[in-house]
Amino acid sequence: MSSESLRLFKKSVDGAYRSFSAKYGDAIEAVFDPVLYFLVWFEKLLHNSPWPLVILALLALVYLGSRSIYLTIGSLFAFLFIGYFGMWDDTMSTVSIIGVCTALTIGFGIPVGILMSGSDRARAMITPILDIMQTMPSFVYLIPVVMLLGIGKIPGLLAVIIYAIPPVIRLTDLGIREVNKEVLEAADAFGANRMQKLFRVQLPLALPTIFAGINQTIMMALAMVVIASMIGVKGLGQPVLKAITNQYFTMGLLNGLAIVALAIIFDRVSQSYGKRMQQHRAGANE
Amino acid sequence: MSEVKIKIEKLYKIFGPRAKEYTDKVKSGIDKDELLAKYNHVLGLDNINLDIKEQSIQVVMGLSGSGKSTLIRHINRLIEPTEGTVLVDGEDITKLNKADLLEFRRNKTGMVFQRFALFPHHNILDNVQFGLSIKNLDRSESKDKAMYWIEKVGLTGFENKFPNQLSGGMQQRVGLARALAIDPDILLMDEAFSALDPLIRTDMQDQLLDLQKNLKKTIIFITHDLDEALKLGDRIAILNGGKLVQDGNAEEILLNPADEYVSNFVKDVNRIKVLKIGSIMNIDGNMNESNPSVMVDESIENCLPTMLESESGLNVLDNDKNFVGVISKNNIAEILRRSKD
Repeated sequence: MSSESLRLFKKSVDGAYRSFSAKYGDAIEAVFDPVLYFLVWFEKLLHNSPWPLVILALLALVYLGSRSIYLTIGSLFAFLFIGYFGMWDDTMSTVSIIGVCTALTIGFGIPVGILMSGSDRARAMITPILDIMQTMPSFVYLIPVVMLLGIGKIPGLLAVIIYAIPPVIRLTDLGIREVNKEVLEAADAFGANRMQKLFRVQLPLALPTIFAGINQTIMMALAMVVIASMIGVKGLGQPVLKAITNQYFTMGLLNGLAIVALAIIFDRVSQSYGKRMQQHRAGANE
Repeated sequence: MSEVKIKIEKLYKIFGPRAKEYTDKVKSGIDKDELLAKYNHVLGLDNINLDIKEQSIQVVMGLSGSGKSTLIRHINRLIEPTEGTVLVDGEDITKLNKADLLEFRRNKTGMVFQRFALFPHHNILDNVQFGLSIKNLDRSESKDKAMYWIEKVGLTGFENKFPNQLSGGMQQRVGLARALAIDPDILLMDEAFSALDPLIRTDMQDQLLDLQKNLKKTIIFITHDLDEALKLGDRIAILNGGKLVQDGNAEEILLNPADEYVSNFVKDVNRIKVLKIGSIMNIDGNMNESNPSVMVDESIENCLPTMLESESGLNVLDNDKNFVGVISKNNIAEILRRSKD
């Protein structure tokens, strides 16, 4: 391609996209309004509630998820450390965006994974898209998202979701495909229809694998908070970004440690919850 | 007893993307190996015709790859036939639409699998209840039924355990209870006892025969074990390379094997243990008061001591103690000689 026509090509694609986003940007933004409202509401709830109450609620969740008193005590110290070093508000912003993001990836990713597991054609179509989502540098897809929706929470949320959703889709697909064929045949032999097979046999048996996917997704979402902060997502990413640009080593380190603490808590809780769901597999060793 | 419950007619199954096109080739006589070599299609079943009588145990026997598991899956249509019909109570299963097929499977057939195929995430109670819950039966009613069958197969007290906490034999009892819980007319047992060790297997066979005395289900039992077939089967169908080579009762199979394949199969069977006195007695003989008597459905083996003590022969009596025939030492000697060949 000559440099002239390449320039023309880029210009025309950019122009077309620009006019598309000028025309439909508002409408598309409106689609995401409910999500935005919820995100804002959730963030405000975490910010405005008295912190001991929030810690108590978080610890309760940690305990319910992990049933581990050590992890709960560890989490208590982590949250106290975060508060003591003045990172409470940022942490709550991050928790809220990660929470909403996880809910959305699960809500969207699991159905897509189910679809993929049921049809080889769907799988052949979706797999390369997931590959692109996982390997494309996130800045590249941030450009059109920001062009379309501007700077703010929703584009940030979208960026995080695009990056973080592939594992949950892939592992839902894998988990369902790995369900023992003989067990499925038994379900067929007893006259189970598709929905009964899905909800009574396939999903329950795939759940541990799906949970590994959810765990991955949360970890990847946390890894995205710094990049998301570049397009205006509040949270622990912003001070890290500020620390990079101003060479504030301690500030970067403290906020980085807070992200690590959150990651470890999310990881351990979701893993031990996933493990408890496969108790029937360990049954013989009881 | 003699009503035909399942009638399989001209059933063909060819595995492969262009199965339909090759049925004519199969009909014109090309066999399993040739079809695979020339056209890369696998011949599963080749013109199967079989009547299965109500309340009987029909054993289907063959080596692996003979098509027996394929055949049993046509009765509840887990496998679609390439051609032919399967009539159950006169209704053609191969013509059922999706919804009717689900109803058929939910109510008419229960299946027991070689490797148990229990639901690992359900406890024993929920496993046994599975078929009932698929039918959306009332929860307490289905629990009662499930508990009844758990008790019947001797697993009371285990209902809250998970399958992998039980031994193989116990797991297969769960499989049996799960199949029986929906109270099907037809019980499909696909090598149900093959994965169990010999003692447990004998135990399960006895239990099945014991249950069948009261249940009177139509049972299709797949096995590759001839001893099991002879023990359980009212009739035994033998498959080879997708073809039905012989269908008959134990005596017919043992005394008149249809071809070399069958005679090889029955070669090592202990005939005097399996054959009943009735199958070798002489009905023209006259009662000899001085000889001892044996029952007509006794095995030859069990009569040997009496025979050796007797002077010339034995009188054979039926269950009502009526004289039905005689048996001489020569009759038995001949059977013993034949088993040697």
